[in-house]
This record gives sequence, structure tokens and C-alpha cells, in this order.
Amino acid sequence: MDVEIQDLDYAPILHGVTLAARSGEVHGIVGPNGSGKSTALRCVYRALKPSAGRVLLDGEERGDIARHLAALIQDSSLEFDFTAAEVVATGRLPHQRGFARESAHDRRVVETALSDVDAAHLADRGFLTLSGGERQRVLIARALAQQPRVLVLDEPTNHLDIHHQLAVLRLVRGLGVTVLAVLHDLNLAAAHCDRVHVLARGRVVASGTPADVLTPDLVADVFGVRAHVVRHPVSGAPQLLFDLQEETP
Amino acid sequence: MTRAAPGTARTCLILTALLALSLVCGVALGPVRIPLPDVLALLRAAVVGDTIDVSQAGAYRIVWDIRLPRVLLAAVVGAGLSTVGVAVQALVRNPLADPYVLGISSGASVGATAVAAFGLFASLGIYALSTAAFLSALAAMALVYLVARSLTPLRLVLTGTAMAYGFSAIAMLLVFQAPRGEAARSAMFWLLGSLGGVTWAALPVAAVTTAAGIAFLLGKARVLNALAMGDEAATTLGVDVTRLRRGLFVVTAAMTGVLVAVSGAVGFVGLVLPHVVRLLVGADHRRVLVVAPLAGACFLVWVDVAARLLAAPEELPLGVITAALGVPCFVLLMRRRGYVFGGR
Repeated sequence: MDVEIQDLDYAPILHGVTLAARSGEVHGIVGPNGSGKSTALRCVYRALKPSAGRVLLDGEERGDIARHLAALIQDSSLEFDFTAAEVVATGRLPHQRGFARESAHDRRVVETALSDVDAAHLADRGFLTLSGGERQRVLIARALAQQPRVLVLDEPTNHLDIHHQLAVLRLVRGLGVTVLAVLHDLNLAAAHCDRVHVLARGRVVASGTPADVLTPDLVADVFGVRAHVVRHPVSGAPQLLFDLQEETP
Repeated sequence: MTRAAPGTARTCLILTALLALSLVCGVALGPVRIPLPDVLALLRAAVVGDTIDVSQAGAYRIVWDIRLPRVLLAAVVGAGLSTVGVAVQALVRNPLADPYVLGISSGASVGATAVAAFGLFASLGIYALSTAAFLSALAAMALVYLVARSLTPLRLVLTGTAMAYGFSAIAMLLVFQAPRGEAARSAMFWLLGSLGGVTWAALPVAAVTTAAGIAFLLGKARVLNALAMGDEAATTLGVDVTRLRRGLFVVTAAMTGVLVAVSGAVGFVGLVLPHVVRLLVGADHRRVLVVAPLAGACFLVWVDVAARLLAAPEELPLGVITAALGVPCFVLLMRRRGYVFGGR
């Protein structure tokens, strides 16, 4: 499903954010703290109503977006002790009606989602007893259980160890759905995204392939850090090495 | 995975059987004890229209006119309060909430004390107290709704709590200004909850409201699960959170208003029962909302029996007994490993 964000304003955070992702592409959104990445995503999954601009799915502004779009949000709180499987099962909500019981299909989707994120063994554990990384994987499983055609991920690799960071991004790529992901790790973005958008002070300051966008100049400009670009010896993806000692003036 | 939880069906069956047994025992027990076989025979006679021996006439009056409506109302109130407790805890996302956190019961107490202290609505006779309580509960509900404006959890709890203090202040003032000395005692008795003097007339409204409310909430069970994940998460799952909160507020407040009007403000049931039920069947509202009404009904039938028996021929207020049972229950729950009230 195509996603187009057109001239999104959310005063005073976003100013005319525009970006477009074609069906099946993985797009990374990077930028310093407070640049408006999460706010832009919130407008996409309708937790916020933008003061101007539109978000189009396949060219239309849709009402029932939960059937097409799933989101992994940053702060998820839970006040009651649901099991991991119950948390994932809420992802089926957009596809269910009123009193109807969970179908065998629903249960299969939930099981598959849990095993996709390597969390099948956590199904009957209380969500509140899980570690940060385990919780994150269960929440990703919930988004998968929604069987979306667009996946919006706010820092999906948060709390994850390196194995699960790579596994989750590989999994998400393999789904064939359109992905918009806020990523903090520029190297993960460079290795896994088709295109990268750089946000600074609420504006898109650069968009393009990782190789075009993630240049030492841009990194110095936007993040205030000096970086060198090297090629990954195996994949050939651009990777950044940061100067750890000095800061750019 | 999300299997229908081992034993939810069994738990329901056991509780239904227990409820039937409790209802019969509730009718049998009291200052005048009526043997169980007699109770069954008399109930059967009443329902199918059998004739009874003339020597049984007194027992029949006790069973049919006094005990049965009272026991049934206890079941309805227990079922209603524990269900409302579940819903309110989900509405305000707070495991310490109970049906009274929205200020409805304190609102009702204003009307009730006005009647007890000054004899308002005297033309309504024995219904004066419940009518006044219900009307002032409605007024309180409207006020809390208007003041809170956006029904976010924190605003609701704060507004409800603040308003409750205000309403209590008015009720206290009424009691102290009362021309009749008995007023303080009868107002207090009502506030702590009582089913003494209940007649058949009180039952239909309470039963229908409670049944309709439980049906509404059962239909929302899955959505309540989503709401428990947080407002933003619920939004991404396609839930219109604002509309849902509005509906939940109106339904739970109306149920609370009706129940408080017929039985006073029985505390602890709506706070503790939801946790006991979650401990039994887990947090999934599809199971909790089925089990909670049954458990609450059983519980309050026995509380009412205790209220009749412990200090017979005097009656104890229900609130005294629910608190006496509820506090140790709560402490046990908190000590139990593996039950997290939320947060850690």
C-alpha cells in the first residue's frame, strides 16, 4: 500500500513534512531528539490530528485505518496482568465484530506473530513480568497480528539486543508491506532501508537512498558529529564511523 | 494460545451452582430459620401455584414477601457492583478504582440524607429515599461529566474524588442541621448499605438496569482489552477512545446510581471482587466480565445473610461486613506471588 504524507503541519513541531513511500518499500526516518519524528508518525496513525496536511493510503484519506495500518508506539503501558498472547490477540480487534468469538484463524495469526518475533515461548507469561526487549517483541507481534499493509514503527529496535535488532528488521523487510520506521541507529537505517528521510527541527532536510543521504556533511550538519563513511565489507551498504573524541564546533 | 483459559467454563459452572445454592440458603437463613426442604416446597408452591398447609402461611410470607426479594436484590447488587468495578478500573486505567471513584455514590448520599434528615419527598412514602438518592446521583454524574470535560483517566479520577468530597460535605452538613435526632443514624445506616425492608417493587428496575449494563459491557469486552493497553495503542487498533469513554462513563454511572439508590453505598465489593476474579481467570475482559457478576452475586448474598444473622435481631450494615471481609482478602491478594496489580 502506498503511503503519502503531504505538507504535514503540527504546530509548533512539524512544518510542511512531505514524504512518500511506495508499496512494499522500507523507509527510515532519522533525526536528532525533538526533530518531530514521533510526532510525524503519530499523525500517520491518527493519534494526533495535524493542523494542516494529509496522510494518504493508496491515494485516499481512509477512515478505517486500523484494518490497513499497524503501529508500534513508544510508550506502551499496561495496568493489568495480561498474558503476552492476550496482548497480541488485541491486534485482531480491527478484524473482529462485537460478541463474535475468536476464530481458529485469529488464534493461528496470533501464534504465528509470536513465533515470528521469537516469542512463542512467552505466550502464557504475564506481560508485566517480561523484560524490556521481550515486551518490545510482543508489541511487534501485536502489530503483525493486525496483518497490516502498512507498518509504522517508532524505534522498533529499542531495548532489543543486537541479535533481535537484526532479526526484527529482517523480518519486517521480509513481510513485503510498506514500512515507515523511526530509527536512532544510522547504521541500521543504512543497512535495512530503501530510502531514508532526515528530519531536523520539524522539516525534512534530506530524502533519498542511504548512500545519497547519510553523508559526513549531513551528519555533521544535522547531528553535530563528525563521521566517516565506509562500505560494509560483506553487504556493501554504507556504514558510518563516528569520531568519538572531538566534537565539531 | 489465547485458549478459552483452562477452567473458565468450569469456573462459571461452579459459580452458577454456588449462586443457586446461595440463593436458597439466603432465603432459609435469618432470625427465623426455615428448613431447606420447606423453602424449596414453598418456592415451588409460589411459582407453580400449589396449595400449602395453613400452618405454613407465616413461613410463606417470610420466604416470598420478605426474604426472596431481598436475596435476589443482594445478588443483583453484588453482580452489578463487581461488574461496574471491572469497567471503572478499565475506564480510569487504575486498579485501585471502584464504582464510587466517580463521585456518584457521594452524590446519591446528598439526596438520601436530605430525605432522612428533612423528610423530603414524603409523598413518595418508602420510595422517597431511593428516588432522592437516584436523582442526586444523576445530578452528580452530570456535574462530574461537565467538570471533567475530557474524560481522560487522571481527570476523571481527580474530578470524581474532588466532587465526592464536596458532596460528602453537603451530606454531613445536612445531617448536622437535621431537626430529627434519628436522622444521623438512619443516614449513616443507608450510607453503609442495607437491604433491610426491600420489597419486590425495588427489584425490576435494578435487575433490568444491571442486566442491560452487563450486556453492554460484555459487548465491549474486547475493546476494553485494547483500552487497557493505553489510549494511543487503542487508537492504533481502531478504537474511538473518546466515544468509548463517554459510553462507559454513562453506563457505569447509571448502574451505580440505580444500585446505590436501592441498597446504599456498599463498599469494597466493586474494588476487591474484580481483583479476585482476575486472579482466578486472568485479565482478559472477555472472561472477567462473565465471571465477575456471578462471583459478586454469590458474595453479596452471603454478606447479606451475615448482616441478618451476626447481631440478630439487629441488622448490621452491609458495608461493615464487606469491609471486614474485603480488607483481609485484599491483603492476601497483595501477598500472593505472581499477582501484579499493574505496575511493579
